[in-house]
Amino acid sequence: MVVQLGHITLKNPVIPASGTCGFGQEMHEWLDLNILGAIATKGTTRLPRYGNPVPRIAECGATGMLNAVGLQNPGVEEVIRHEIPALRQIYQGPIIANVSGFNIEDYAYVCERVDKETDAAILEVNISCPNVHNGGMAFGTSPKAAAEVTRAVKAVTTKPVFMKLSPNVTDITAIARACVEAGADGLCLINTVLGMRIDIRRRKPVLANRYGGYSGPGIFPIALRMVNQVSKACPGTPIIGCGGVQRAEDVIEMMMAGASAVEIGAANLQNPNACKQIIEQLPEVMQELQIDHLRDIIGIV
Amino acid sequence: MKQSKWNILSNVCIAEKVWKMVLRGDTTAMQPGQFVEIAVPGYYLRRPISVCDIQDDCLTIIYKTVGHGTDLMARMQPGETLDILSCLGHGYDLRKAGDEVLVVGGGVGVPPLIYLAKQLRAQGKHVHAVLGFNTEKEVFAEEMFASLGCKVEVCTMDGSYGRRGVVTDLIAKPAPFYYACGPLPMLRAIAETVGTNGQMSMEERMGCGVGICVGCSIETKKGVRRVCKEGPVFDAEELIW
Repeated sequence: MVVQLGHITLKNPVIPASGTCGFGQEMHEWLDLNILGAIATKGTTRLPRYGNPVPRIAECGATGMLNAVGLQNPGVEEVIRHEIPALRQIYQGPIIANVSGFNIEDYAYVCERVDKETDAAILEVNISCPNVHNGGMAFGTSPKAAAEVTRAVKAVTTKPVFMKLSPNVTDITAIARACVEAGADGLCLINTVLGMRIDIRRRKPVLANRYGGYSGPGIFPIALRMVNQVSKACPGTPIIGCGGVQRAEDVIEMMMAGASAVEIGAANLQNPNACKQIIEQLPEVMQELQIDHLRDIIGIV
Repeated sequence: MKQSKWNILSNVCIAEKVWKMVLRGDTTAMQPGQFVEIAVPGYYLRRPISVCDIQDDCLTIIYKTVGHGTDLMARMQPGETLDILSCLGHGYDLRKAGDEVLVVGGGVGVPPLIYLAKQLRAQGKHVHAVLGFNTEKEVFAEEMFASLGCKVEVCTMDGSYGRRGVVTDLIAKPAPFYYACGPLPMLRAIAETVGTNGQMSMEERMGCGVGICVGCSIETKKGVRRVCKEGPVFDAEELIW
């Protein structure tokens, strides 16, 4: 089940997505984190953030959920001082440090701090958060801005930089190419799809933030299509596929579309043991499909 | 957090839109004020429901049908099974109670106070239960507290059952240490008129229920707290109104 993500070797392709595993402490209560391929830690900003007002979660029937958390996190200094060292006490595998910002200087600052003060294997740069104003997704919806963030981050770190892309664009390949041309070592896609629910009795949005990011199995076909498009547009660039993955078969499908590894997001919220169950099911599914090595199926479709 | 399958033993309507379900499963280590997260087939997120009572290997929950998911729960039959996360959150701290204790519940905020009252009574405490509802058709649990040996008083907003008014009308001041659960306006009124010498159970829309998504975070005087993890029970003095 071993996969390569650029120069980083993962024991399997399953990674809990940023924002769905905190900094590992809670998940550690019920599963051994060391079974995971990697961990993508909670999106980290320069300063501590509470995020958006509640309610910031809304269900979408069987197909998923909306969130408008808005990058709640303790700030990069606390993450360096407390969260990452605490994670290291219980987990020895690769850490994918997810960082976010509100301007290019923020992104560079946080990446530099994380680069210098932690042993994170990969920096995952979130230019796709739909839930914050003045930043986040604004950088992921313009090829020029995405390239600027990529360049600024690459200038301050020697770690592999994976840009996390937004699906809320007309042509994701243009953004992806801009990031790769600016030096991105890899790409992670997709972040959540901007959505909305209305409480028809109260005649008001369910989310206090009005709009939020849609995740869950409903976005899987969108994620798959975008991963496939980007893998064709950026050959040789490793991709972390993300969006609506619920089971081992979905991991295989995402890898066939072009992903080298797969992040599991909303499924962790529905089923705290989702990653564990997917990792356990993967060998059986590989055997059934006569897949000897996962590397053999990456981008074959 | 424990994830396991539970068998439904009974599921009956006990008041308007209020249902009582008894399930058999692993009840060990469940504390009063904690909650469970129930996976409802066909719906993505689990439903957080408070623990109403534990008796040997049986868990009682009392829930209100507020949407399609809980409507579907109400149609479930004995013999069916549910996937449940249990032992979630931090419940009531029983050590804070004196010999005289007040429990205050509003609507479907009443259920967690039943298991709490049972444990307080087992410690020999005198428990005064004040329960508030909108109207007679919604009243439940009065006899459950009475059978535990609590002094029970009920009020309804429209006066159709018990005393007309709200729970704070029935609380003599100064009040003993209290435990409360109910709608936000009720909790706010308690904090304002009775004071903050008590604990309150908060409610918020949750994603995971296990602390990983931070969807249910609230700002308190002690900083940001997750209702599902550090809560749902908080010291009243920590809460910001």
